[in-house]
Amino acid sequence: MLLLQVIVGGLLLGAIYALFSSGLTLIWGMMNFINFAHGEFVMFGMYVSLLVVVWLGGGPAVFGFAAAFALFTLGVFVYFSLIRYVLRGPMLAQILSTFGLALLLRYTAFWIFSANFVSLPQTSLSGIVNIGGVLMPVPQLVAGVIAILLTVGLHLMLTRTKVGSQLLAVSEDRGAAMLMGIKPDHMQALAWGLSAGAAGIAGALMAIAYPWSPSVGETFGLTAFVVVALGGFGSVPGALLAGLIIGLIQALSAFWFGPIYKDIVVYALFVALLWLRPQGLMGKA
Amino acid sequence: MVAAAGPDGQSVKIPGPTPTILLAAGLLAYPLVFSGPFYLDIGVTFLLAAISASAWNIVGGYAGQVSVGHAMFFGLGAYAPLLCYTLFGWAPIAGIPFGIAFSIALAVAIGIPTFRLTGHYFSMATIAVAELIRIYFGTWDLVGAAIGLQGPARARDWWDLTFRSEVPYYYIFLAVLAILLRVTFMIEQRRFGYYLRAIKAGERAARSLGVPVQQTKIRALTLSAAFTSLAGSLYSVKTGFVDPESGFGILVSVQMVIIAALGGAGRLYGPLVGALILIPLQTTTNTWFGGGGTGLTFILYGGIIVLIARYEPGGVFELWDRAAPRRWRRKHAA
Repeated sequence: MLLLQVIVGGLLLGAIYALFSSGLTLIWGMMNFINFAHGEFVMFGMYVSLLVVVWLGGGPAVFGFAAAFALFTLGVFVYFSLIRYVLRGPMLAQILSTFGLALLLRYTAFWIFSANFVSLPQTSLSGIVNIGGVLMPVPQLVAGVIAILLTVGLHLMLTRTKVGSQLLAVSEDRGAAMLMGIKPDHMQALAWGLSAGAAGIAGALMAIAYPWSPSVGETFGLTAFVVVALGGFGSVPGALLAGLIIGLIQALSAFWFGPIYKDIVVYALFVALLWLRPQGLMGKA
Repeated sequence: MVAAAGPDGQSVKIPGPTPTILLAAGLLAYPLVFSGPFYLDIGVTFLLAAISASAWNIVGGYAGQVSVGHAMFFGLGAYAPLLCYTLFGWAPIAGIPFGIAFSIALAVAIGIPTFRLTGHYFSMATIAVAELIRIYFGTWDLVGAAIGLQGPARARDWWDLTFRSEVPYYYIFLAVLAILLRVTFMIEQRRFGYYLRAIKAGERAARSLGVPVQQTKIRALTLSAAFTSLAGSLYSVKTGFVDPESGFGILVSVQMVIIAALGGAGRLYGPLVGALILIPLQTTTNTWFGGGGTGLTFILYGGIIVLIARYEPGGVFELWDRAAPRRWRRKHAA
C-alpha cells in the first residue's frame, strides 16, 4: 500500500512537471530556442503565490491567476526586451541570454527572499483523503489534477484554435505566415507569455503542496530539460507523458534508494537518452 | 598585426609580437611590483580564471559549441590530485594525469552523442552532466562526500608544491597560461583552427566543404577538457582543498563562460581581457558587500551576461574593433 501511495504521489508531482515542461517545449518547438531560465520562472510563480497569500490574503484561485498573469507578463517582457534581439544572433548569444537571465532571477530571489525554505500558510485546501486505502493529501491531489487539465487544455489550444494555428504557422514557415497576415513577432511574444504563464501557474500549484527555496529553480529547469528530451522536443502530449514518467521515476528512486538519489537518477536518464533515443518518445527524428 | 582571410571571409587578425611581449613583460613583473599578499592573491586568481576561460574558449569560442558545464572537467581535475594524496599518500601533482585522462574520457562520452544534434543539446547535456556529477560526489564517501578532500597540511618534500608564499604559484600558473595561449595560437594558424571557425560560421556549409565536423568538434572538446582539468588541478594543489561546490558548482562553469564572452569568445586574448575586467570587479564587489554579498556578485554576473548577449555578443574585443579610431585600424589591418 505504501508503494502504491508513492506511485500516486510521484504521478501527481509529475503532472506539475508536465505542465511547466510543456511551456519549455512550446518555445523549443516554435523557435528552436532553449530557455535556461524556465525553472526560475516556476520559482517566481511560487513566490508570487506566497506574496499574494501573505499580503492580499488571497485563496488558491486568486494566487493561481496572479502567478499565471504575472509570469505571462514577465514572459512577454523578456521576449520584447531580450529574446527577439538574440533569436537570429549567434548561438553564443542565444544561450548566454537566458542563462544570464536564470542567474539574475535566481540570485535576485536569494537576495530578496533568502535561502530559507518557505511554504504557503494553511489555505482552504488541507487535509487528507483516503482513496481505496491510498492516503493522499488534498493539496497534492488538487494541484496534480489541475496540472493535468491545464496541460491538456494547452494542447487543445495549440491544436484546435485559431491562435494555435497561427502559432503553428509561424513555427512552420515564418515568411509564409507573414504573407498570411500573421505578425510573427506578436505570435512569438505570445508563445513566451504562454510558456512563462504555464511555468507560473505550475509554480502556484507546486506551492500549494510543497515547500521551496530559491534554489528549486535550477532543479526544475533541469527537470524540464529531461522531460522535454524524453517527451520529444516540441511535443506537448510528449511532455505530459514524460512528466508523469519522470515524476514516477523520481518518487520510486527516492523510495528505494533514498531522497538524495532522485535527481541523480533523472539526470542519468537524460544522459542515457542522448545516447539511445535523442529524439525522445514522441519526437520526430 | 597580420591579417589572414578566415573561412567565413572575414579577416582573422593575428596579433603581432608587440602586444604579446608587452603583456608577457607586464605579467612577469606583476609580483615584483605588487608584492602584498592581497595583490598577489588577486594575481593568482586572475591567472587561474584566465587559464580556465582560455581552455573553455577552445570549444566554446572557436568551435562555437557553448558548454555551460565545464565545471565537470575542472572538478575532476581538482579532485584527482587530492584523491591520490588521500588514498595513496602520493604528492598531489601525481594525480594530475588521472584528472586529465578522466576528463578526456568524459568529453568523448558527452561529445559523441550530443555533437550529432544541434548546439542547444550540447549545452543542456553539459549542464546536466555537471550537476549529476556534483550531486553524486556529494554522496560518495570515497571522495569525502559533501565535506570534500584536503591536501597535505604542510609540505613533506618539494613535490607537494605546498608553499607559504603565493609567488611560486603565480609563476607556475603563468607558465601554464603561456603554454595554453601558445597552443591556442597554433590552433588558430593551422587547418584545425580553420575547421573550427568554419563549423562555428555554419555547420552544414562546413560539412559540405569536407570538414570532418563531428571529429573536429570532439577534438576541440577533448583539448578544452584536458586544459580545464589542469586548471582544476592547479586550483586544488594550491588551495589544498576541494568540495563538490568549489569543484563542480555551476558558478565554476559560469565564470569560464562569462570571462571568455566578456573579453571576446573565439579570440586568443579574449579570456585574458575578460579576466582582467571581471576579477578586479568581483574582488571589489566582494569587498564592498562582504561575505553576504556573494549573492549580489552573482546578480551582477547574470546582468553582465544578459547585457553581453543582448548588445555585444562579440565581447570587448568586438566593441574595440568598431570603436577604435579608423586611422589606427587602417594602419594595423594592412
